[in-house]
Amino acid sequence: MSLVVEAKGLKKYYDGVKAVDGLDLEIGEGEIYGLLGPNGAGKTTTILILLGLTEPTAGEVKVLGYNPAREPLKVKRLTGYLPENLGFYDDLSARENLLYTAYLNRIPEREAKKRVAEVLEIVGLSDVAERRVGAFSRGMRQRLGIADVLLKDPKFVILDEPTSGIDPEGAQQILEMIVRLREEKGMTIMLSSHLLHQVQRICDRVGIIHQGKLVAQGSVGELGAVVEEGQHLFEVRASRVDEALLDTLRGIEGVTSVEVEGDLIRVKATEDVRPRIARAVIESGAELVELKGHTYTLEEIYLRYFQE
Amino acid sequence: MNAVFWKELADHLGSKRFVIFFFLILIVGGASAYLAAQALFGQETESEYIYLRLFTVSGGGLPSFLGFLAFFGPLIGVVLGFDAINSEFNRGTVSRVLSQPIYRDWWINGKFLAGLTALGIAVASIILIIVGLGLYILGFPPGGAEISRAAMFFVISVVYLGFWLSLGILFSIVFRQTATSALASIALWLFFTLFLYMLAGLIADQVAPIKPGVSADVFAKHESIRDLVLRFSPVALYEEATTAILIPSYRGLGIAALLQEATIPTSPLPLGQSLLIVWPQLVGLVALTSVCFAISYVIFMRREIRST
Repeated sequence: MSLVVEAKGLKKYYDGVKAVDGLDLEIGEGEIYGLLGPNGAGKTTTILILLGLTEPTAGEVKVLGYNPAREPLKVKRLTGYLPENLGFYDDLSARENLLYTAYLNRIPEREAKKRVAEVLEIVGLSDVAERRVGAFSRGMRQRLGIADVLLKDPKFVILDEPTSGIDPEGAQQILEMIVRLREEKGMTIMLSSHLLHQVQRICDRVGIIHQGKLVAQGSVGELGAVVEEGQHLFEVRASRVDEALLDTLRGIEGVTSVEVEGDLIRVKATEDVRPRIARAVIESGAELVELKGHTYTLEEIYLRYFQE
Repeated sequence: MNAVFWKELADHLGSKRFVIFFFLILIVGGASAYLAAQALFGQETESEYIYLRLFTVSGGGLPSFLGFLAFFGPLIGVVLGFDAINSEFNRGTVSRVLSQPIYRDWWINGKFLAGLTALGIAVASIILIIVGLGLYILGFPPGGAEISRAAMFFVISVVYLGFWLSLGILFSIVFRQTATSALASIALWLFFTLFLYMLAGLIADQVAPIKPGVSADVFAKHESIRDLVLRFSPVALYEEATTAILIPSYRGLGIAALLQEATIPTSPLPLGQSLLIVWPQLVGLVALTSVCFAISYVIFMRREIRST
């Protein structure tokens, strides 16, 4: 797998404020990578550096094999960017806005018209193509933004907060579109977001960025494992919960704590103690209704990182 | 750069403000030229360079066309430039446009050239309309020398308006708010068209006060100081330059030229000689425009592109 993005020791200081501080990033071809972090963590700055729109104070970057600070045009020809605060020329129609982008990419007029019609079809805006963008809703603008990105047929797409401020249905459509792009066109996609459940659904790997540093990286499952740090969490439901059962559970080897929440028993342990829990419940005379290992959601992982 | 140029030009020519200012100058300029033509029609039908006098003679209480263009022309230039860049920031189109494979300077160059072309079209059509009006009233066609002088007048006028355009663009880069840059441009316009004339007189009065019975030397000094101060103003430079082009017998400003005129018969100069007289003014105008544009260029190239 060849690397689309390679960044080492990336730093960017604005008047002494460290926006990005020693960031290492690698994104492989065909991957959907999620960049997560609170507002002001340095997500947008990182993206601007990758596009050559701002120069890093220190560090090395390669995007599709080119240095964006030295050869911005080559990077920008192959990279599509959907900015966070997406703006269009409100007085122009959707089609005219896209045509302008096509001409900026030096796509010849005939080809441009054809491609504009195609991408409008993909994002489902064909029937409002002649309407002024000023009259568009937030969701429509965002879809138009994706059309704008697709116009130049990029290899690598960067989406900055693609679903923020959009209703759940619209967000769903956009996420589906993103997944489809990867499947149909083999594009590499990087998206930044703070809407974690969405990222969790579609990203192969995520990186958590905090105060300009990448504090964790990997698939959602891997990150969960890291957070657990040898701690396993089990949720047990039994038909009858009493002190005797809890004492037995506490007595199991490897169990560190037992808590009750309603009819739910949470057991923390240093190893996988599920068979022993099951036996303990049965032997206490109660029936075992449910026993499952808890998987960490991205939200929990994320919060864990920022609590520390 | 072509794409930027054509889009901006189409925007300018279709914009309400351009149309409003164009017709304002057309109506007022046309009226003053019409009154001038009527005044000329009575007295000297066979005089040389009568067409040029359409631009400089005032009649019926209205100032001359030249006076109007010197005073109101800057407004058109400023109006086309004052929101060139900051409106793109406010709309959020900056990051979208600059993430296309174009060099950053193409954008600002394209905008400047498109503005200049729009100004050129406006000035050329107004001049042609006035000449047509003259043809209708006076009943004979303009001569070759008149045409070449009118063409020169056109070039100088476009450079002059180009200065105000580049000033507007500079302010649009320096100020984030369009309202601020519009007000700053108008403040500078008022300063150069009104206050500097008062200021020049005031300074000259202080340095070389004219009292009853002062020698010719003091009088000459007074005038030269006044001229020196005025030459900081593009308005004064433009007025001098165009006066020399449109009035072929004009031999320069200042007391020396006034004295000469009294002793030497005022025969018209060839175009080359007239140009020679106002060469410093022309260079000054071009230099002011270039300086404004160069400052804009430097600031814009270093500006951080952050959408938030």
